[in-house]
Amino acid sequence: MINGLLARLRDVLSSIQEFSFLSYRSFASLFSRPRYWRDTLEQMDIIGVGSLTVVCLTGLFTGMVLTLQSSSMLDIFGAKPYVGRMVTLIMIRELGPVLTALMVAGRAGSGMTAELGSMVVTQQIEALRSLGTDPIRKLVVPRLVAGLIMVPALTVLSNAVGMLGGYFVAAFSLRLATNLYWHSAMDAISVYDLFMGLFKPVVFGYIIAVVGCYQGLTTTGGTRGVGSATTKSVVVASILVLVSDYFLNVLILHFVYPDWWGF
Amino acid sequence: MSRSLISFENVYYAYPGVDEYALNNISFEIQDGGTEIILGGSGSGKSTILKLIQGLIKPESGHIFVQGTEVSGIDEPDLMKLRGNIGMVFQEGALFDSLSVAENVGFRLHDQGDLEDDDIEESVRRMLGFVGLGELYDRQPSELSGGQRRRVAVARAMAHKPKLILYDEPTTGLDPIIASTICDLIVKLRDFEGVTTVLVTHQLQDAFQVAQGFVSQRNGDLFYKQVDEADVLTGIEFLVLDSGKIIFRGRQKDLLETNEPYVRKFLHGIGTAVGR
Repeated sequence: MINGLLARLRDVLSSIQEFSFLSYRSFASLFSRPRYWRDTLEQMDIIGVGSLTVVCLTGLFTGMVLTLQSSSMLDIFGAKPYVGRMVTLIMIRELGPVLTALMVAGRAGSGMTAELGSMVVTQQIEALRSLGTDPIRKLVVPRLVAGLIMVPALTVLSNAVGMLGGYFVAAFSLRLATNLYWHSAMDAISVYDLFMGLFKPVVFGYIIAVVGCYQGLTTTGGTRGVGSATTKSVVVASILVLVSDYFLNVLILHFVYPDWWGF
Repeated sequence: MSRSLISFENVYYAYPGVDEYALNNISFEIQDGGTEIILGGSGSGKSTILKLIQGLIKPESGHIFVQGTEVSGIDEPDLMKLRGNIGMVFQEGALFDSLSVAENVGFRLHDQGDLEDDDIEESVRRMLGFVGLGELYDRQPSELSGGQRRRVAVARAMAHKPKLILYDEPTTGLDPIIASTICDLIVKLRDFEGVTTVLVTHQLQDAFQVAQGFVSQRNGDLFYKQVDEADVLTGIEFLVLDSGKIIFRGRQKDLLETNEPYVRKFLHGIGTAVGR
């Protein structure tokens, strides 16, 4: 049993080492040639345009539910007119970035793993290397760049749609005046919120792309292995997004409020 | 005197997590312009040799020299350059699914970045014509038959004019007529382009067809011919592996006459007891 645990620990440490190496290699490759612009644009299309519907729907209904739930609570304190402020802050600071990242991990991250995993089991990765092409530059870096650009872009969109969804509920269900909602919403946004709302998605994009590519490139066990690698990719990326979200919050709060020690 | 293009010196290799050696003290040389036909059963280490030649895996000990460079001692960027001078045909073709036939064949040329699109297109069309698949230029790999995929893979391996081509069981799973076409193609590349050939296979018929075949040209037409086994040229060597060890190396005539038990069993398929 101890031997089994040691073997498992060795596998985990080995995976962490490989993952760290891939993260380092892909990050370092961002700043040197050759660059595959066509592949990068293609990946931006797959991640960005491909995830547009699911991200917009998630943002819309989250904003709507958030308005419904928070309005009943705020109404107790006679603060219903501030519902726009609440929805905006929660969407921009937290739910927009996290839910968008989870959706992209489920849709695009799993796609990356499935595609690269299939390439591994059909020897296409070996073929790539044998043709003198670095798979990290050709396959990982375009996905990484696309993740770094498109996850923040999708998050901004999700936030906007969420605020719009909140407005629909506030205006048509809660009978709140349009200018009251938007005035309260716009009043709430500070530079710090914009920074938080844009910095987090960049980190999440990096996590989704590197985890998706790592799981794909380390696929073993034929087509069955592709399936399990894809599942693992979504689970690992989602957990890392949630864990890093907490620590990013701590970090950003420290940055904005140096006297705050909220660990 | 010809110089060796590939040299293995006391090479050992074991796959991660496996105690037994996939290759056990392997030493041999392949001359520039020569043809090496590597025979052996499944799991004997044939494909491992090809991976080691390309530096896709590193030996546990020993030295491997390819075109004068020790591949076991250089890092990945230098290996990438070295691999640019080597062509490889994989078992199932390993064509890139997301690219068309033309993009697959021209992949290396595009990646080099020093050729105009028109020049690349001309090279791709010439290579596809060479393997007799000019009409498939715009097709996707998913639309091709098994034989067509292998021929496109040969065209891709040859497109950047490497001096060495490695074939990893290129006829496995193909019917005899298509397999014969692939073998003729290997001979044609060897005789017309002067490439050094390493063929890994367990199909004896294909191995002998490549060893005994040659191509000549008369009035612009190509003629495939077969010589007698005794007349096979000295540049064509057979290497037989069993459980990671070399158990035979020599000419076809010697292969057919050897008394080595495994080789005889491999050649004639005899002595294998089947329980009731």
